[in-house]
Amino acid sequence: MDAPTAAPARPRMTPRRRRGLSRALQYAVLAAVATALAVVADWGRIADSFFRFDIAAAMFPDVWTAFANTIVYTLLAFAFGMVVGVLIALMRVSEFGPYRWFATAYVEIFRGLPALLVLFLVGFGVPQAFPGIQYPGGVYGQVALGLGLTSSAYIAESVRAGIQAVPKGQIEAARSLGMSPTRTMITVVLPQALRIVIPPLTNELVMLTKDSSLVFVLGVTTATMELSKFARNELTSTANATPLLLGGLLYLLLTVPLSALARRLEHRGEAR
Amino acid sequence: MTEPPTTEPTPPAEAPPLVRIRDLHKRFGDNEVLRGIDLDITEGEVVCLIGPSGSGKSTLLRCVNLLETPTEGTITAAGHDMTGPDADLDAARRDIGMVFQQFNLFSHLSILDNVAIAPRRVCKTPRAEAEAEARRRLAEVGIEGKERARPAQLSGGQQQRVAIARALAMKPRLMLFDEPTSALDPELVGEVLAVMKGLAAEGMTMLVVTHEMGFAREVADRVLFLDGGVIVESGPPAEVLANPRTERAREFLHRVLHPAD
Ligand SMILES: Nc1ncnc2c1ncn2[C@@H]1O[C@H](COP(=O)(O)OP(=O)(O)OP(=O)(O)O)[C@@H](O)[C@H]1O
Ligand SMILES: [Mg+2]
Repeated sequence: MDAPTAAPARPRMTPRRRRGLSRALQYAVLAAVATALAVVADWGRIADSFFRFDIAAAMFPDVWTAFANTIVYTLLAFAFGMVVGVLIALMRVSEFGPYRWFATAYVEIFRGLPALLVLFLVGFGVPQAFPGIQYPGGVYGQVALGLGLTSSAYIAESVRAGIQAVPKGQIEAARSLGMSPTRTMITVVLPQALRIVIPPLTNELVMLTKDSSLVFVLGVTTATMELSKFARNELTSTANATPLLLGGLLYLLLTVPLSALARRLEHRGEAR
Repeated sequence: MTEPPTTEPTPPAEAPPLVRIRDLHKRFGDNEVLRGIDLDITEGEVVCLIGPSGSGKSTLLRCVNLLETPTEGTITAAGHDMTGPDADLDAARRDIGMVFQQFNLFSHLSILDNVAIAPRRVCKTPRAEAEAEARRRLAEVGIEGKERARPAQLSGGQQQRVAIARALAMKPRLMLFDEPTSALDPELVGEVLAVMKGLAAEGMTMLVVTHEMGFAREVADRVLFLDGGVIVESGPPAEVLANPRTERAREFLHRVLHPAD
């Protein structure tokens, strides 16, 4: 510009105006895409495939059994994952080498294997290798172990990070009061570590809710069927996609509030 | 028994010191932080430890309750052989209270639980009893009506007083303070020093790292000046603070007492 003083001759757009314009442009593109979709799509057919109220209504009340099983499988696997995960985390921060090596191997293995393969191992590999083995609770025991093993590896890593995030001063204060290392861990470190890792643990619960759909590989009955398998059976028998939509909505009913909770807990963590 | 039991307990002519440190060395890698410390503290004595930053004050204090492991030397404290091969550190630390610069209150516990938790978990004191004792200790340091609050809800001065109450709840024979007022806003320093003065007046044996020269002058029986990992001066506060013998101490005191120049 030749005139370094005073206001520029040509009034430039303020940042706020520029932002407004760019946003308007993006809305316009979005609207165009939506319109195109609306015009191109065969709405009658879509409604017919996904929104058949009669088919959805016929899924009740049996869908509740499947819904409940999804919750039960998730909670069982989570309970197993928590107990074993915390133990593995404790071994990972142990002073005793062999504990650490075992825990490291455990985490690497079960975090590295697909959950589906672990389920197969638990459901078919182990019974073949150890004939006559009985899982307590039948399929429920199999699920707790099959999904819980994978989950425990993730939980162990979260909890280990939590343990290491507890400030050193907390441990020194506890030791100065005469608490033994074990007592310090139980009374001071673990409670604080678990608080720190509530958000990732909540996310793990979301992942497990979805992974419970893998249980079908174990071969389930009507009574032990979870949501995905149930929806797929209905899809087959009705030749219509409405069951998938209903099943999906029921998953979201579980996972969306959990995710929201995890987000809120994360923010609370930041505020502290 | 050859002698008849006496009705009056006869203390030995020279009571053994509550803290005895001999030839203490501490190295962090190549960095020798403590270079031969000898120190006796008798029961009921208040000793203030002063010295420039990095001179090893915290390290010395933390060696007394073995938060830092000495590289060389022997320590006995509160009747425990801290450096012996069969030292029971957990048992010893019950008798040695420690107060930190950053308070280090247990952030997940209420104020009451902070004070009651160690008696309950370490000494297996029944809950009701431990909590009653905790309330008394909190009242002593002037914290009342905050039992259910979390540490973060208290001011720094209040937190530090709770930390003192927490240490006292174990009925220690010796108290270690590592710059207990250095993290506090100036207007909150007085309330913590007042609690410490009260404690000294009750006869508690105290080793205090501090930059509060007023406190040292008024409360200490003895002031130690630590520099470069050795005790350079040791004596009554009037002597060490008013007429230091070494140039280093003179310089340091001048800086602390006249921070403006
Ligand atoms: N855990 C540690 N590992 C390595 N070096 C350490 C450790 N703790 C202390 N030091 C070193 O030891 C020296 C003395 O530290 P110390 O904390 O005892 O000093 P100080 O006198 O308390 O100082 P300040 O007044 O700053 O608190 C410093 O050089 C410090 O860097
Ligand atoms: Mg220090």
